[in-house]
Amino acid sequence: MADKKKDSDQTEHAEGEAPLHGLLAEYDSTAALIAASKKVRDAGFEKWDTYTPFPVHGIDGAMGIKMTKLPWIVLGAAITGLTTAILMQWWMNAVDYKYIISGKPFWSIPASVPIYFELTVLFSAFAALGGMLALNNLPLPSHPLDLKERFAKVTDDKFFLMIQAADAKFDERETRALLEGTHPTVLDVVLEDRTSPSKLPTGLVYGLLIVATASLIPFAFIAKARFAKSEKTRVHVVGDMDWQLKFQAQQAHPFFADGRAERPEIPETVAVGHLREDDHLFRGKEQDTWARTFPTSIEPSADALERGKEKFGVYCAPCHGFAGDGDGPISVRAQELAEGTWVPPTNVHQDYLRQMPVGQLFDTVTHGIRNMAGYGQLIEPEDRWKIVMYLRALQRSRQTSVDDVPEAERGALK
Amino acid sequence: MAAISDVNPFVQPPKGDNDFARVTDNVSRIAEVNRPPRAWYIAFGISTSLLGLFGISVAYLFWEGIGIWGNMNPSYWGFPIVNFVFWVGIGHAGTLISAILYLMRQTWRTAINRFAEAMTIFAVICAAVFPGLHVGRPWLPYWMFPIPNQMQMWPQFRSPLEWDVFAVGTYATVSLLFWYMGMIPDLATFRDRSTSPLRRALYGAFAMGWRGSSRQWHRYERAYLLLAALATPLVLSVHSVVSFDFATSQMPGWHTTIFPPYFVAGAIFGGFAMVVTLAVPARQFFGLKRIITINHLELMSKIILATGMMVGYAYGMEFFIAWYSGSAYEGFALLNRAVGPFAWSYWAMIFCNVVTPQVFWFKSMRRNVWVIFFVGVLVNIGMWFERFVIIVTSGSRDFLPASWGYFIPTAWDFATLAGSFGLFFTLFLLFCRYLPMVAMAEVKAFVPAAHASGDHH
Repeated sequence: MADKKKDSDQTEHAEGEAPLHGLLAEYDSTAALIAASKKVRDAGFEKWDTYTPFPVHGIDGAMGIKMTKLPWIVLGAAITGLTTAILMQWWMNAVDYKYIISGKPFWSIPASVPIYFELTVLFSAFAALGGMLALNNLPLPSHPLDLKERFAKVTDDKFFLMIQAADAKFDERETRALLEGTHPTVLDVVLEDRTSPSKLPTGLVYGLLIVATASLIPFAFIAKARFAKSEKTRVHVVGDMDWQLKFQAQQAHPFFADGRAERPEIPETVAVGHLREDDHLFRGKEQDTWARTFPTSIEPSADALERGKEKFGVYCAPCHGFAGDGDGPISVRAQELAEGTWVPPTNVHQDYLRQMPVGQLFDTVTHGIRNMAGYGQLIEPEDRWKIVMYLRALQRSRQTSVDDVPEAERGALK
Repeated sequence: MAAISDVNPFVQPPKGDNDFARVTDNVSRIAEVNRPPRAWYIAFGISTSLLGLFGISVAYLFWEGIGIWGNMNPSYWGFPIVNFVFWVGIGHAGTLISAILYLMRQTWRTAINRFAEAMTIFAVICAAVFPGLHVGRPWLPYWMFPIPNQMQMWPQFRSPLEWDVFAVGTYATVSLLFWYMGMIPDLATFRDRSTSPLRRALYGAFAMGWRGSSRQWHRYERAYLLLAALATPLVLSVHSVVSFDFATSQMPGWHTTIFPPYFVAGAIFGGFAMVVTLAVPARQFFGLKRIITINHLELMSKIILATGMMVGYAYGMEFFIAWYSGSAYEGFALLNRAVGPFAWSYWAMIFCNVVTPQVFWFKSMRRNVWVIFFVGVLVNIGMWFERFVIIVTSGSRDFLPASWGYFIPTAWDFATLAGSFGLFFTLFLLFCRYLPMVAMAEVKAFVPAAHASGDHH
């Protein structure tokens, strides 16, 4: 051992210039390391450490290492994860994008629990690894100990103890004597590292900054798309939803003899529910003239008028107006634009319309007239009759006298 | 000298003048030799061929659509979900060994935990591929994640399928973190032993400047303990959540409360079977018999026997509950499994999962590597059939007899399944070749010399 010490003394002189970083002692066994650690601890040093290939049992006490605060960091992350999971599910499914699934509430605790648990664990796991690395000052690319070739054995089978020269109690001679008293196999000096660059190359730093900034660009586009309006169709990278492998009306089809993809109705057949024999109900006619009465199945009632009013509001009022004066919002807007192409919708309170048979009004709703489109495809026949009934009520409302009010209620009007 | 040496370079005893150095050399030399044993090349050739088959299958799938598979009304889930559940199950053993056995202070885990963890990660990768492919438009799985998209839509968090996204995603991430953190000290060993600048730079970058400081070890061990404590409920939750995909539906044969524990037991069972299937050849070819001893294999055989019995109990209990509940549909679904058109798969499952592990009652069988290996392979087959039985028999015989059908897989189904094995083994063989297969630092902490001071707590 004495020889080895001489060697180390010589290397100290040979290396010369660089300032002293610390004194490094090497041991063969965990027992020797623990014994040495206790001595160094009791001598009151603070800036010192031991280096071992595996976590040595009992070294924490021997070195006086205090319990790390890592568990508190992980607890904080767990609470953050749980809070994130609660807020995320509540906001996304109950506030920002509500959708009804099997009558379940938009937000309830039982259905959210699995994701509470998963995000709690996920955040905590990142905090455990990230917190460990951060508290340990890792990654640490270079260290004065790396200059010692012998120190490579620290990840194999050797145990080291180093006291830093920066420690307040460090005195080269006394500290050396203290370490010699612990019987190390080798005692060596460690000099400051002056060869390894202490910073990343500037080019690399700027390169990484540019890449980091550029990686935000796609997210910026997504954010823009979420808050901007566009008249273009949505972008589909794979267009199989837009161009589907199917035949559409008016297209050619190689399979059928007539070459048409759209198949005509088969002659002499009627689809179920499409026979529609009742001329009065389905076409508004009685013995080839316009019916002047409502079909027997359409009985006047408050409910029927309410239904007619509702459908009138949906289909007729946009052009004819809610009172039927021909002043619906579409008409008003078209006249504001004054493009000269607009045929104003009819005012339903004109005399000829008051006298028109209900069957003919029904036919107008069904097939349309002049510029007005037919609504037969959109509104069930019963509802079309109710619209006509409501129309009659609207017309009547402009030509009433006190005689129309039941005698018992006339008093209220005076 | 032949291009590939016929001599296994790992038959010599490891170098070193103490137990620590011998452990280091025994593990590190596997990643340091220029030429691994011939068996590695053969296995790698087969695996990459299968991986190529996987690539072709997926490319054709993307081109043509999922019509190339046998999934058809009424059995929509078919092979992709069978394979998904199978691979997720395999992925359970790794973190179980790392986390639960760590908390139980089962020190024998140190010999096998690293490559069981690697196996977990590769199995979860294989698992994650299948739901992604099965959604039909494999370029759209990002819809499953809560990321702001141009459609202003969010995922539907009340669905068990969405829980799956989080459960499997979290499990994969936490397993990866756990695996990586455990590897940091061993990567530092590789760095310090490396002779080429490239190896030194690469291993050095991933070792993050680990120098074995005791103050760092203190936080490291605390972080490891915390990760183990976090991963333990996670292991139990992942397959429970996977089982919710079935259990929260109304399908006879799926709608049962036994599913979560039954799935977890099955996952541990299948996972351990995969660990022994990999461990037996690995210790043979890489000269790890001194570290992964026959005692370790015997302990794993015992776990396989125990979990196999749990799975067998669950099979029996399913029948009991089907009868005891008095539900005609439930009773039919279970009878249909045992005697219906898919009875062959049911009895294959019973044979592999319940009957074969019974040989482990005998000590001589538990210590025979051939027996262990073949039981491991059979259990893997059996566990695949278990998922097939659950998914296909229930799916093809639902409430409406008018919609019943028979599931017939296509050649592409088999190609994708075989290809997923190619993906798994390719990753595993690369791991064996380039990363520390055994947690050296952990093994060293338990060799007798580590406690030479008589310092036993």
